[in-house]
Amino acid sequence: MRRGEVLGFLGPNGAGKSTTMRIIGGSLAPNAGRVLINGIDILDQPTQAKAELGYLPETPPLYRDLTVDEYLAYCARINRIARAQRRGAIDSAKERCGLSDVGRRLIANLSKGFQQRVGIAQAIIHSPAVVLLDEPTVGLDPIQIREIRSLIREVANEHSVVLSTHILPEVQSVCDRVQIINRGRLVLNETIGEMRAKLQATTLLVALRTVPPLTELESINGVQSVESLEDGRLRIAYDTHNDPSDAIVEQAVANGWGLHELTPERMTLEQVFVDITCADTHQPQDPDSNPNSSPSPNLNRAQAGEAA
Amino acid sequence: MIFAIAGRELRSLFLSPLAWSILAVVQLIFAYMYLAQIDFFIQVQPRLPLLPGAPGMTEIIAVPLLGNAAMVLLLVVPLITMRLISDERRNQTLSLLLAAPISMRSIVVGKFLGVMTFLLLMILMMPLALLLGGTLDFGVLAAASLGLLLLLASFAALGLFMSSLTAQPTIAAVSTFGVLLLLWILDWAGNNAGSNAGPGNDVLAYLSILRHYEALLKGVFNSADLIYYLLFIVMFLVLTVRRLDAERTQH
Repeated sequence: MRRGEVLGFLGPNGAGKSTTMRIIGGSLAPNAGRVLINGIDILDQPTQAKAELGYLPETPPLYRDLTVDEYLAYCARINRIARAQRRGAIDSAKERCGLSDVGRRLIANLSKGFQQRVGIAQAIIHSPAVVLLDEPTVGLDPIQIREIRSLIREVANEHSVVLSTHILPEVQSVCDRVQIINRGRLVLNETIGEMRAKLQATTLLVALRTVPPLTELESINGVQSVESLEDGRLRIAYDTHNDPSDAIVEQAVANGWGLHELTPERMTLEQVFVDITCADTHQPQDPDSNPNSSPSPNLNRAQAGEAA
Repeated sequence: MIFAIAGRELRSLFLSPLAWSILAVVQLIFAYMYLAQIDFFIQVQPRLPLLPGAPGMTEIIAVPLLGNAAMVLLLVVPLITMRLISDERRNQTLSLLLAAPISMRSIVVGKFLGVMTFLLLMILMMPLALLLGGTLDFGVLAAASLGLLLLLASFAALGLFMSSLTAQPTIAAVSTFGVLLLLWILDWAGNNAGSNAGPGNDVLAYLSILRHYEALLKGVFNSADLIYYLLFIVMFLVLTVRRLDAERTQH
């Protein structure tokens, strides 16, 4: 992953999101493969590698009997922040996470949203290169979710962020790049820009009363392929820059095809997600096998997972 | 780094009502034992000058007090050590330590030192109070205190290890207590066998945690005892480190 990037890490429940995060966070050792942080292997030189790592697990690791200030001071110490800079580091972490007013309160008495912020403050206190956030918005109310999201965006100005979640709008609103994993495999790795392009409509659903020979439809300018569906409708795939809808309508009127339905098929991230993960569940396949065998051909760029 | 962890451990102990109630109960019991010994000393005091080589205040008050204290602490230390790692595991705060740039060794030693500080505060105050009313045999007192210190450190190391095995503090406490008590009474087998004691009984007697303490209580400083305790402590700290490391690779 690149510096300053927000990477959305998606997958259905049990796909291995948290496990991957725990491996990167040093709580689990990988059976195979390596985790490199700034080029340093986390198993060979754990202390150097972990100095550049901030980790917020699914359950924020908070000592409930400490105050926010005490807790952050402790985190600053175990993250080897020099005594002289400790005060400043604590203050800036508190300020960035909106905790300035609750410094003297016990963590146990804070609301879930504030506890989550303390968790994030803990992860960024030593200005690490990478911040791992494991489902940071779970269990929060909509306003808190928005606040945490803007906090994540803000954190991303200085740090790279890996955000694991199964909430899709969250990914669309904060992430620069998306990775989807399923059953421990990386099945998609694309930037949000590429995703957006994919999500634009590239197919039309057309229903005609009298169906002409498919070749006639294929000859319309812009149409790439025509597929006849079981319910008698046609799926017309077209070139993104050349929408053939108008031409199809004109032809339909001119030739009396009896056009009564024309729907652009828009893919949502959710559909992509469902397609990818369900396809893999139904037909567990070799990652290099022919991608056309799955319902969303272009999106299934399967490859073996590589952590960070 | 180690001290940051030790400090937080100590702080958490004092923030929990458990530590305070343990302190209160233990101090009450110590005070009662202490007064009983002083009472005994005052009774025998007139006759002491008549005996050649009579025991002094240290032997009559301080040493039995430390000896009895060990028995009380056997019951109490498991309650203090039980939460060390099991609680972190249960509250999932262990990942904070694991994601921080600290070695597993520092984490374990830090926690051990935190608990030891607490235990020291608890025990060393009372014998020193005798200084107010007379002179002490510091040699004997030092040997006995060292003995108690080593004994407590062994208790704490075992407790820490037991705590690293489970997520339930109570299980850690019960098993620590069980193992400690077993080690404590291990030499009974040797004693009961009487004159027929074979080599096996010697081994059991050697393993008994109490045997080594009794020598130190008498003021006999034998390096074998010291090494026994140090080995005991180091062994369980290393086992704890290995246990926590192994946990990262289990799937």
